[in-house]
Amino acid sequence: MKVAITSTGNTLESTLDQRFGRCTCFVIYNTETKGIEFVPNPNRDAQEGAGPASVQIVASRGVGKVISGEFGFKIKSLFDSLKIQMIVLKEPEKRISEIIDMLDN
Amino acid sequence: MSPRPVRLRKISNPPIISGFKPYGDKLKPVNGPGIFLHLEEYEAIRLCDHEMLSHQQAAEMMAVSRPTLTRIHSSARKKIADAMVNGRQLIIEGGKIFYDSEWYLCSRCGCYFNNPEKLIEVTECPLCHSTEFSNVADFDKSND
Repeated sequence: MKVAITSTGNTLESTLDQRFGRCTCFVIYNTETKGIEFVPNPNRDAQEGAGPASVQIVASRGVGKVISGEFGFKIKSLFDSLKIQMIVLKEPEKRISEIIDMLDN
Repeated sequence: MSPRPVRLRKISNPPIISGFKPYGDKLKPVNGPGIFLHLEEYEAIRLCDHEMLSHQQAAEMMAVSRPTLTRIHSSARKKIADAMVNGRQLIIEGGKIFYDSEWYLCSRCGCYFNNPEKLIEVTECPLCHSTEFSNVADFDKSND
């Protein structure tokens, strides 16, 4: 299954971005092949509608889970209807590599 | 003064189909327009007549008052009966609603997660695979 993680940068040492819609980068991790893909978020500076546009990006990659610090009201209902699991982790210091380790174990 | 805005009804399980079509030999080509069964009415039927909850319990699930739930339920029954008796199409659409699913809190890694596949029960935390998690009754309130 593919997992999307919001990240503050495009390396494994970057930390978890606490915002979903305006995060810097999405990390798409495939738990079966262990493949990691970094997708820059074009909506990071968007005035409005960043949330739904970001949902489209991760949904088009076929992810089953999304990990972020927070999800807005509109995003929750969108992910609910797309049957994508949301995981809220309120630890801004957490590195992407640590989260991937947690998923693997 | 404008009227009080309608309180949004909470939908926990959206329908897996978008409606019903009548069939049969005696069917006239046109049986009138389709009937729109609102999503909140579908949810009321699901809770009261499928899960066999009382109106009081169903009202709490949908975050409305008991009299409101009873009104939604009776209007749903009226529409379904009309569709069956007059052979009209039933379209499940619309309504003043919001979707919400159940939230869980993992005590090992401290993450919150929801369960989008309501028919499958959660057995472990999706992040750290621990089995020590608890149900959070109202995530949005605890989040404020």
